[in-house]
Amino acid sequence: MSPPVVLLTVALIAFVVLIVGAPLMPARGPHGERGGELDTPPDPQLEVAREDVEAEREAKYREIRDTELDYRTGKLSEEDYAAVDGTLRAQALEILDRLDALEGSDLTRERESTDPGD
Amino acid sequence: MAGLGYACLLLAFAVCGYGICASIYGVRSGRVEFSDSGRRAVYALACILTVAFLVLEVAFLRNDFSFNTVADTSSRTTPTFYRAAAVWSSQEGSLLLWAWLLSLWASLALFLTRRRMRDIAAYATAILLGFAGFFVSLMIFYANPFKTTSPAPAEGVGLDPLLRFPTMMIHPPMLYSGYTLCTIPLAFGMGALLARRVDADWIRSIRRFAFAAWFFLGIGILLGARWSYSELGWGGYWGWDAVENASLMPWLTGTAFLHSLMIQEKRGMLKVWNVSLVLATGTLAIMGTFLVRSGVLNSIHAFGGATLGVPFVVLIGVLISGSIYLVVSRRDMLRSEHRLDSLISRESIFIANNIVLVGLCFVIFWGTYFPLISEALTGQEASVGPPWFDRYTVPLALILVLLSGIGPVIAWRRATLANARRNFMVPIGAALLTLLVMVATGVSHKPLATAMFCCAAFVFGSVGQEFYRGTRARRAMAGEPAPRALLALVRRNRRRYGGYIVHLGIAVLFVGVAASSSFQHASELGLSPGQSTRVGAYTIRYVRPTATITPRYDAAHTGSTLSLGAIIAVSKGGKPVATLAPSEGYYNSQDPSQGTVGSLIGGQPVSHIANNSSFTRDVWTAIAPDIEAPSLQRIVKVGNATLGSEDAIVAIGYLARAYLKDPPPAQFHFIVSPMVMWIWTGGMIVFFGGLIAIWPAPSAVRRGITVRARARQARGMARV
Amino acid sequence: MNPARKRTVRLVVALTAAVVLAGALVYTSFSAASPALTPTELVRKAEPGQSYILTGTVAPSSVHREGAVLNFSVEDRAGGGMAIPISYTGTVPDPFREGREVVVTVEKQGGRYVGERNSLITKCPSKYTTAPAGQTKTG
Repeated sequence: MSPPVVLLTVALIAFVVLIVGAPLMPARGPHGERGGELDTPPDPQLEVAREDVEAEREAKYREIRDTELDYRTGKLSEEDYAAVDGTLRAQALEILDRLDALEGSDLTRERESTDPGD
Repeated sequence: MAGLGYACLLLAFAVCGYGICASIYGVRSGRVEFSDSGRRAVYALACILTVAFLVLEVAFLRNDFSFNTVADTSSRTTPTFYRAAAVWSSQEGSLLLWAWLLSLWASLALFLTRRRMRDIAAYATAILLGFAGFFVSLMIFYANPFKTTSPAPAEGVGLDPLLRFPTMMIHPPMLYSGYTLCTIPLAFGMGALLARRVDADWIRSIRRFAFAAWFFLGIGILLGARWSYSELGWGGYWGWDAVENASLMPWLTGTAFLHSLMIQEKRGMLKVWNVSLVLATGTLAIMGTFLVRSGVLNSIHAFGGATLGVPFVVLIGVLISGSIYLVVSRRDMLRSEHRLDSLISRESIFIANNIVLVGLCFVIFWGTYFPLISEALTGQEASVGPPWFDRYTVPLALILVLLSGIGPVIAWRRATLANARRNFMVPIGAALLTLLVMVATGVSHKPLATAMFCCAAFVFGSVGQEFYRGTRARRAMAGEPAPRALLALVRRNRRRYGGYIVHLGIAVLFVGVAASSSFQHASELGLSPGQSTRVGAYTIRYVRPTATITPRYDAAHTGSTLSLGAIIAVSKGGKPVATLAPSEGYYNSQDPSQGTVGSLIGGQPVSHIANNSSFTRDVWTAIAPDIEAPSLQRIVKVGNATLGSEDAIVAIGYLARAYLKDPPPAQFHFIVSPMVMWIWTGGMIVFFGGLIAIWPAPSAVRRGITVRARARQARGMARV
Repeated sequence: MNPARKRTVRLVVALTAAVVLAGALVYTSFSAASPALTPTELVRKAEPGQSYILTGTVAPSSVHREGAVLNFSVEDRAGGGMAIPISYTGTVPDPFREGREVVVTVEKQGGRYVGERNSLITKCPSKYTTAPAGQTKTG
């Protein structure tokens, strides 16, 4: 291999190591000592649960809108629409409650972590 | 430079290995920095493979014949555009393209999910890197694109003239994008099972990936059909060839998945079914890739020897057994949350649609792999032809189109029966009207085509009614003028109305398929100049011969040395319909045994067909000039004997002149097919509708808040 | 009938229908299929009225066209053995020439083998076999 090719190869290897190794560098503190973007949330389990409930909420809102459109385009009678709509809105409320509970526990945890008694 | 390319492959292999280990360690130990590092390994892989691909591409453009692949598939006389595309005409180059596209799409998918679904994404990273590593190792050990020969040959063999068509060059990247995109939902599906999390967030992400796969794969398939029809000499767009089928199967399961996913989203049902569909789509995509390369089945695409067969079989075995194990071991978390409320609901139509699509896939699978199956079971290899495929796919396609017209008219969850009955009047009316017209015009003597036309009319009626009613409802609510209302309606309900447009497109496409296959007139005729003949209602006259010679580039820019053809005038009932100019291109063969003149035109001849398209019919013709005629061969023989390779082109000039002065009779393949353009138009409508359906709605957040406020209000009222 | 029982019945009916249809499909595929044979096998096994899929290479100096009919002979890919003459009408793919691998559906009519219309497939010449440097690959 000619010298420029060797040089290019070495440069590529260095580049790859840099990209791949960056998260592993000791410069990043273990907990919350980094500036800018927050890569690791305080509690991954909570984050996962929250994303999930939010997605459920989006899906439920869409269902409510779809049912209304079904009613307005004449596919559902008034009584059927009222029944289904009621069920869906009740389910939406339940999802919102769950979301509130998650956000509440999140807020509580944040309050606790900044508590001087910790 | 080839050294750099090969080094890239080795580096890529190492990065894949590292990424797999880092991701799995990161997710199992909870150490996020390792998962991040694993994700970045995919980004790094994309960079490395881009460099490798560029090295190969530049070698082709610079005519660096020290690269074996370049010498085998390109030449100085190959036009630049085809030289650039020749990269993926070989086994080695196409593997590199596959791996490169996989790394790009995987990087995009992982970038989009970098803050969410960390556990699932980490597993998915490992799986995607596994696939990439597999393809990279194939290149390192079996089919190295960077193999060199020294000293480098002076001239390459040239790109097979059969591939020198623009569509043929876009089709592989599109198709490979489709195939590689199918592995992403597979990876996220397996990741979800491994992480034991199949939920709303996963659904949202995987829908986008599955749509991207469906979109690109569908375009790839349609481009292949169009290439086959408009540039190959057989005049058909679908032959139930093994390779065509291999690309269609994952597209069918992908379509089924996009529909049944909506049911899982709404009702928490069909989780096992959906996960199985996603795994099947990915596995079928890998099987499709394998089929093209193994020569295991007789097909027009003979892409490489059997050396790649064993590794692929191992991979597919691992995929199938892994998938089955994962689904069975996680079946507890895949339990349905609800059941079907009513059989008269959009959910049950979707389930029926899924069954038909999977049924179609099974039929095609059985027919495609039948030679292997029959050999295993009876010891005698046998294959089924297009008539067998048609017999089973046509009724299924009819049911599919019919279902796509029923779905829009039925509500989710539980439709009101009385309303449904009333809503069907317009679509059924449209179908009956079409039936009457078909009977009146005598079309009904082809019952299958008539059935398809009526089903399509049903769909047009049902979708048209939906758009009309939706616009009317919107106008009642918002008081907008009709065009604005229509636009607002579609914008605010993209998934629904985009989906309706897709169904409309499918109906149009099938109308085109039915018309062009049932009412086609095809014939072979021999004509001399000035002669005319009748084919059905058309009169065809050979007006005059044509000949083009260029030492390097011909009018079609495909690099043929000599191009012989004719001008054909087609008329119907005395009125001119079209003037066609088909030709046959003769290419350089680089074979000295054919003589100095003979080798200039002794290569692969390629037919350049002429097609006059309109919305109602295509008039298509291909010519096979009689180059073996004694009058022409005499010139070749004399030229071989007297001229050196420098002057041989002069003889070609004489050949062209002789052909123009006194052309021997030529064979023509002449086809009139109705409504072929409906197929391509329908396809474009499908993809347009798909884009609308998937386009993210900006006002979703605002709408969400409105509903939430109302919900809160309702709750507040209940408390009081 | 309670809902659970109704669901089970529906499932059983659906599965039975699927199995029956799949069975019909499988059964007809065996009777509709044409066996794939080489020229040597074809000469031994061919029966009149049954169509076969013949795979082999086009024998040298065997291609003659008489108007719309193309006559050529197919021999075993491995070489040697008999070359079977075929009369074929229909589309001739561009790659077709002597020495190329072809697949054509034929039927024995009397003493002759007649190719089914438009059934001729010629394989793309294999570009991926490694040849010693300097040798060209044609045909």
